[in-house]
Amino acid sequence: MVVMSSRVRLARNLQGAPFPGWAKKTDRQRALEVIMGAAVALPEMQGCLSRSMDSFTVLEKQLLVEKHLISREHAAKNVGSGVAINKAKTISLMINEEDHLRMQALLPGFCLGEVWETIDRVDSGLESKLDYAYSPKLGYLTACPTNVGTGIRASAMLHLPALVIAEQINQVIQAVNKLGLAVRGLYGEGTEASGNLFQVSNQTTLGEREQDLIERLRKVINQIIEHELNARQTLIEKRPHMIYDQVGRAYGVLTNACIQTSKEAMNLISMLRLGLDLDLIRGLNHGLIDELFLTTQPAHLQKRSHQKLTAEQRDVRRASLLRERLKDVQRPKLLAPGFPPAEDAADEGKTDIA
Amino acid sequence: MLCDICKENEATVHFSQVVGDKVRKIDICEACAKAKGLTDPGSVAMLGDMLGEFAGEQMPAETENLRCPACGFTLANFKKTGRLGCGECYVTFEGGLKSLLKAMHKGERHVGKTPGKAATARDVTDRIKALEDDLQRAIADERYENAAQIRDEIRAIETKTMPKPAK
Ligand SMILES: [Zn+2]
Ligand SMILES: [Zn+2]
Repeated sequence: MVVMSSRVRLARNLQGAPFPGWAKKTDRQRALEVIMGAAVALPEMQGCLSRSMDSFTVLEKQLLVEKHLISREHAAKNVGSGVAINKAKTISLMINEEDHLRMQALLPGFCLGEVWETIDRVDSGLESKLDYAYSPKLGYLTACPTNVGTGIRASAMLHLPALVIAEQINQVIQAVNKLGLAVRGLYGEGTEASGNLFQVSNQTTLGEREQDLIERLRKVINQIIEHELNARQTLIEKRPHMIYDQVGRAYGVLTNACIQTSKEAMNLISMLRLGLDLDLIRGLNHGLIDELFLTTQPAHLQKRSHQKLTAEQRDVRRASLLRERLKDVQRPKLLAPGFPPAEDAADEGKTDIA
Repeated sequence: MLCDICKENEATVHFSQVVGDKVRKIDICEACAKAKGLTDPGSVAMLGDMLGEFAGEQMPAETENLRCPACGFTLANFKKTGRLGCGECYVTFEGGLKSLLKAMHKGERHVGKTPGKAATARDVTDRIKALEDDLQRAIADERYENAAQIRDEIRAIETKTMPKPAK
């Protein structure tokens, strides 16, 4: 319920070729050809999408960014850079981003071990065909010294509404930072993160084995999950009306509003997701709610309406999409146990009075 | 508080980064955060951008005039971008990078995955180490002819396995 997705990314470079940021156009072009050739031949990448970055429209690139299949930096690239994405859209290879090769595996749910094994296999497959820049002392050599060594960035996206509401999130972030791990709001920072979505990832890549790092990250994330669930329990026990109110308002606005900014929508969808986790809402599932986090993003809205939209137009389309997608969701249970007080509950207790 | 990157706008986005046992505070403005792609949690571009500056403080002055023989990269380029020019740069700027890497990472030596081809390279490093020990012993025992042989053997392995410079 708490972990939305898991991802592992590896950075690799070709031996004897300047890194993309310092390379001449012809060097970049050559690296792209060599890597793309090796990539499309992998069994994991059979039938994959493989394109040069200049072949995408701005909107197409933005869609890939919103789906977390390419980075924002990579979306800005054109001739000389490319991307390969497998059919299931779980594996993506960015060629000539900051490094010659950035490959990632991304899966829904809490499955760091699985995504690591997936990308490890892809990496080993590529390595049999490509000569990686590698030194026995420093490991895989990367454009930025922050990635040298394993070149790994393992991360998970967490939904932490209760820690935000209970104002414990900054404390948790600080504690996690002290362990050498980074926590970032997916959109904004700390308590201002919209959608209450946070990404937890490693910061260091030299001097720790991949499996050890992933195990360490997994343990820390388990602790964060525990904190989040405790915070939810406490809120339900100590401030039930506030929680019921927030979920009820989210439902009310999402199913009725005609204009929805991205930020407002993210926060309301987050509250609805919390209501779902707390079993306050029927007719809703995690597949649908997690889909809404994505389909209400700007590029997805524009793709859906087959045209470029201004921010104002998007807000209208977003609201209409949400009303449509949530139309079968039942009104949430709005009453906390023991509320409202007995006299107002007379309706429900007719038989008792008679 | 002014933005660390543009030094113009008011900083509204705040990060703290743990680098070794030091905490580095980074405060930047909304515009720079967007420009650096900080809305994308998958990216660590910013860290690299701040790095150049950080590295400037760390790198000894004698590395100032170094130029990577393989790719022509200089320390000034690194200070500007926080990125290196090629794999060989790690050798060229080794002196300066050492303390930076130490401050930034958990360890100073790679552990973990090794490319299959490099696995043999690792054997080679071990082999060279063993030969160097032999060499020391040979010199200590004044077996000079023996020492010369060992030295030739080390050199032969090194030239065979050294990374080839770009082009
Ligand atoms: Zn700025
Ligand atoms: Zn170089």
